[in-house]
Amino acid sequence: MDFAAHLPVLPILLPMAAGATLLLFDERRHSLKAGINIAATALLLVLSIWLLRLVDVAGAPVVHVYRLGDWAPPFGIVLVLDRLSALMVTLTSVLAVASLLFSLARWHKAAPHFHTLFQFLLMGVNGAFLTGDLFNLFVFFEVLLAASYGLMLYGSGTFRVRAGLHYIAINLAASLLFLIGVSLIYGVTGTLNMADLAQRIPEVAPENQGLLAAGSAILGVAFLIKAGMWPLCFWLPTTYMAASAPASALFAILSKVGFYVLLRLSLLLFGAEAGALTGFGSEVLLIGGMATIAFGAFGVLASQSLGRLAGYSLLVSSGTLLAAVGLGDKAAVSGALFYLLTSTLAVSALFLMVELVERAQEPAANLLTVTMEAYGDDVEPEEDEQEEVGVVMPGALAILGICFGLLALLLSGLPPLSGFIGKFALINAIFNPAGLGAQTTGPGGMGWTLTALLILSGLAVLLAMMRTGIRTFWAPLEVIVPRVLVVEIAPVVLLIGICVAMTAQAGNVMRYTDAVADALHHQRLYVGSVLPEAASEAGQAQ
Amino acid sequence: MELTLAIAIGVLTGSGVWLLLRPRTYQVIIGLSLLSYAVNLFIFSMGRLHSGAAAVLDGAGAINPADYADPLPQALVLTAIVIGFATTALFLVVLLASRGLTGSDHVDGREPH
Repeated sequence: MDFAAHLPVLPILLPMAAGATLLLFDERRHSLKAGINIAATALLLVLSIWLLRLVDVAGAPVVHVYRLGDWAPPFGIVLVLDRLSALMVTLTSVLAVASLLFSLARWHKAAPHFHTLFQFLLMGVNGAFLTGDLFNLFVFFEVLLAASYGLMLYGSGTFRVRAGLHYIAINLAASLLFLIGVSLIYGVTGTLNMADLAQRIPEVAPENQGLLAAGSAILGVAFLIKAGMWPLCFWLPTTYMAASAPASALFAILSKVGFYVLLRLSLLLFGAEAGALTGFGSEVLLIGGMATIAFGAFGVLASQSLGRLAGYSLLVSSGTLLAAVGLGDKAAVSGALFYLLTSTLAVSALFLMVELVERAQEPAANLLTVTMEAYGDDVEPEEDEQEEVGVVMPGALAILGICFGLLALLLSGLPPLSGFIGKFALINAIFNPAGLGAQTTGPGGMGWTLTALLILSGLAVLLAMMRTGIRTFWAPLEVIVPRVLVVEIAPVVLLIGICVAMTAQAGNVMRYTDAVADALHHQRLYVGSVLPEAASEAGQAQ
Repeated sequence: MELTLAIAIGVLTGSGVWLLLRPRTYQVIIGLSLLSYAVNLFIFSMGRLHSGAAAVLDGAGAINPADYADPLPQALVLTAIVIGFATTALFLVVLLASRGLTGSDHVDGREPH
């Protein structure tokens, strides 16, 4: 068997091997451990770009199916690499490179096993994106959750442990819901393979359809908790704010794992060919997504600290994505995927910025931005005890300010950057589901509401970012110039740079996301690739 | 047998949810444990209830799958038990850390006034 056939399993094996190797070395050998982690993460980035090129070929969509242990599906577990999973794996590795670079300044030495947890988190996330089996998805979910518990608590401290306690309790309960949902679906259909499920769901007897719908709904709740849909999202801003900067930058992908599974399963299992259950749950996603956007927008406006603001802007992005899955048509999914890339990169960059910007703020500003005048100005800034090694950035405040302004543009969806293009594609999909120029009846009440929410949430994010920006960069009389290392600002610039590149190359990126959305709406292609025999039998029967 | 199992799962789930919503971390962890027992029994029951049926086919001649227990839920339960055990242990550590750092066993880390 040639090497290329084994490529889909490598994004899981590589972090696992790297994480396991890292355990063998003593904690004091920081540079060695960091070196291994950098090598593994860089290799993962190269690998994921390779996978992206492998699936992005003209003509019929390519779906690579990797049979673990060469057991034939639906009995064995398969990994499925298509355009969507390749895109998500690439996004993960880009975020990983950025947050690893950031952590090299200081964070990776703060407590033991940072690098190991980091690699295991990547393994879990990549596995969740690649697997084609529901129970295997549960296992990878647990791997990524277990690693995320460690990273969430990384650095310890009262606030972190308190937030971590809530985070772990909620995720344990969500895992139990996941298990109930999976076992109900298995009890009705007798299979756990996603392609096989897509085949069997139209044939489920009417008396069992209620049970199947209940199982899918319970399973969906587990992912909605992860994706942060209102009212299951109250844990999210606190948790992400409490986590250390590199951890929360990487956590930006975790809520997208929930979104990815919802997108994949709702289109695969309850797509056009699902019989009586076609479109199951789409109203919940649409209304829930809109409620999440509204909640996120209010949260952004009410946020007193930048960390919380970043958490709520993640909720705005989650809500937008969920509502787009609820709409479900090709153009909306394509626009949502473009928006997903931009918003994930931008939110991740904002989480990295939080720590840098807070160095420039007066300590009181962290507590109360709005009512800060009530406090005296005589608070001494905390001296950074730790000796920092590395090149200190000249003109730090100017560069931070520029990055902050660009992030505000990206997150609020203003032109000219890619945040605008993503939102524009979404709104265009609401008004012209069949493409520009086609005769349409115009958006319904839901469409108008969603459009209004998309624009108003952008305004809310813009207002909040402006307020924080003015407070930090313009208003202070005595400017505290923060010590920012090159290695800390580089990942922020990298992430923003990718967004700028996406703006320039928007046509190519949109072509890719269009192809993803198109493939997602052809369930038969996915099913036929995973189960070639069954598909050909069905073809003969027709 | 069905009724007994259903009542057992129901009682475990009910107690688990009630304890999960209590304010003390120890109650929360016991609640999570009870819930995971309930879920494990539930997964097991999804393979349909059999008594005295083997889960492994003997491979001798034509067989009727209805005479055998479904082995897949048993494998799933095993995985779920291992993962549940590990995460509960991890939660226990965080619980102790929280108790040590905040001096309170309340889930919010401070006593309500």
